[in-house]
Amino acid sequence: MRITGVSKRFGDFTAVDDVSLDIYKGEIFCLLGGSGCGKTTLLRMLAGFEQPSAGQLFIDGQDMAGIAPYERPVNMMFQSYALFPHMTVFGNVAFGLQQEGLPKAQIASRVADILDIVRMGEFALRKPHQLSGGQRQRVALARSLVKRPKLLLLDEPLGALDRKLREHTQFELISIQEQLGVTFVVVTHDQEEAMTLASRIGVMNRGKIVQIGTPHQIYEFPATRFVADFIGSVNLFEGQLVEDESDYVRVACSQLPVPIYVDHGVSAAPDASLWVAIRPEKITLERQQPDSTDNWARGVIRDIAYMGDMSIFVVLLPDGREVRVTAANVARKSGETFTWDDEVYLSWDASSPVVGSG
Amino acid sequence: MGCLKPRGGQRLSTVLARLRQWRPGRGLVIAVPMGWMLLSFLAPFIIDFKISLAQVQVAIPPYTPMFEWVQDKALAIRLHWHNYAFLFTDSLYIRSYVYSLQVAAIATLFCLLLGYPMAYGIARAQPATRNLLLMLVVLPFWTSFLLRVYAWMGLLRNNGLINNALLSLGLIDTPIQMMQTDFSLYIGIVYSYLPFMILPLYTNLEKHDNTLLEAAADLGARPVTAFLRVTLPLSLPGIVAGSLLVFIPVVGEYVIPSLLGRPDQLMIGRVLSDEFFANRDWPVASAVAILMLLFLLLPIMLFQRVQQRNQAGES
Repeated sequence: MRITGVSKRFGDFTAVDDVSLDIYKGEIFCLLGGSGCGKTTLLRMLAGFEQPSAGQLFIDGQDMAGIAPYERPVNMMFQSYALFPHMTVFGNVAFGLQQEGLPKAQIASRVADILDIVRMGEFALRKPHQLSGGQRQRVALARSLVKRPKLLLLDEPLGALDRKLREHTQFELISIQEQLGVTFVVVTHDQEEAMTLASRIGVMNRGKIVQIGTPHQIYEFPATRFVADFIGSVNLFEGQLVEDESDYVRVACSQLPVPIYVDHGVSAAPDASLWVAIRPEKITLERQQPDSTDNWARGVIRDIAYMGDMSIFVVLLPDGREVRVTAANVARKSGETFTWDDEVYLSWDASSPVVGSG
Repeated sequence: MGCLKPRGGQRLSTVLARLRQWRPGRGLVIAVPMGWMLLSFLAPFIIDFKISLAQVQVAIPPYTPMFEWVQDKALAIRLHWHNYAFLFTDSLYIRSYVYSLQVAAIATLFCLLLGYPMAYGIARAQPATRNLLLMLVVLPFWTSFLLRVYAWMGLLRNNGLINNALLSLGLIDTPIQMMQTDFSLYIGIVYSYLPFMILPLYTNLEKHDNTLLEAAADLGARPVTAFLRVTLPLSLPGIVAGSLLVFIPVVGEYVIPSLLGRPDQLMIGRVLSDEFFANRDWPVASAVAILMLLFLLLPIMLFQRVQQRNQAGES
């Protein structure tokens, strides 16, 4: 599937701004972004509910312009599930196949098969209002999968489920996707959901795709300051490029006592103002001042949040800036325990910081 | 005996506790409409039923009493069922009943066919336009119902507006007889009762979730199929409510058939009033009314059942 230069304007407002991207067969592609970033509009254009103001959409090489939703080889799982309340589970799932005019026996067997896959076989005769949220979600999934679409669009598929059920369903979705080999396009605002589900993520901001990559690439090598900030939590510093070599750079930050040394080159103008992002889990806390000429800072522990598997420390730098540090609670009783108002040194590896100018 | 005393005391205290918990509010709120129904429906119904079992006599009131003291201080109760038997022997009544039901059914169908697209259009309109359109539906209620029926007479008469216009345009040579036909009757009824069809349909259609139609389209249903398989079944409660709101009053309609209807075929409302005021045969008139109520009870009960099923489905 290919999207080239697609835009969508509602009056003065540009919801989707010149988006181009390719989605490969059999992958789970996540469109990730905050509310109002245009991800749902893009999805609705794929389904055919909205017409692009500019640009083209191709599915399997076929231009989708002017093709009505009911003629597209695409199915959608709606955020609200949109199950037909007056039909049984069977009726809901059979609806799409009935539109194809298949013989009754074939419809019955295909519906039964897909209901077995989503483990809803025994509820075939229930009405939607007799089901729990998780069960409705599985019926909606079955209904959108039963037509064997080339492309399945999922609008916040797990949004209405509670946390425990979500985690469970995420892995179920992946296994169903692998079983059926359908291409999934998932829209979500939940980065955790995107990270676990997606083979690739497209991060959207203000109608534009700002970065496309695997979850690992997006997390470890954010292309812009927005992506770094949006995905996970991050500590952002501003600084000037003081040493610019092909294999390393040194960035001076007014907030830090020593420069930040990064072990890879950056393409930026000399003396350019840069941002440096360091993930909280890549910073270590120490009591002694590191005997290094860069990559450390001094601060006082302001706050500690014990999360069970890890602890979050908020460290106050001398200039009033707060830095988040996470530490995994590996040992049950840790030897070195930090507490409130402790003076600590923060340090990180030269490979950890991400530098950019955008 | 000794053990009874504390038990009695306990009972008293629980009664007192209940009294303290007693909140008369809920009961009072229900009592007002219940009292109203009792006064305005049940009591007249019982009186009517009683009269329907009497015989005509020239007196005030013009029917025989049900209870009478006869000789030897015996109480005689006379129930004359022949009024009901009479209704089935005289074809006038049966024909009037059948005609009333037929008029009501056809008028309801016309109201549905006209009202459904209108209600659908209003429900789909922009919110600002929607309020305006709803206002226009309700607007005729500002004028008296009777005046509006008279206005139709002015339009449909042989020397009325429509005929005069057609004559002066040279489209016809002689006026078309429109008044006092089934045509004028249906015009009057459908016009007057259309809002009662549109409003319940609108309240139903307005609640419909548009994503259901998108889902239907997404699953390959053309707009017509989506309407027939999703919108129409989901609007069934609205169709039933609107149809009953039209059907039930039209069966007993008196004013419109008198002013616009055929002179040779009476509707049951007219028969009823003739029996009361022209014939002064109160017992037969009462029997006609009781029987009409029984005929109408059927659709009302149907309505109740659909309503209940609907509520069960929503919860």
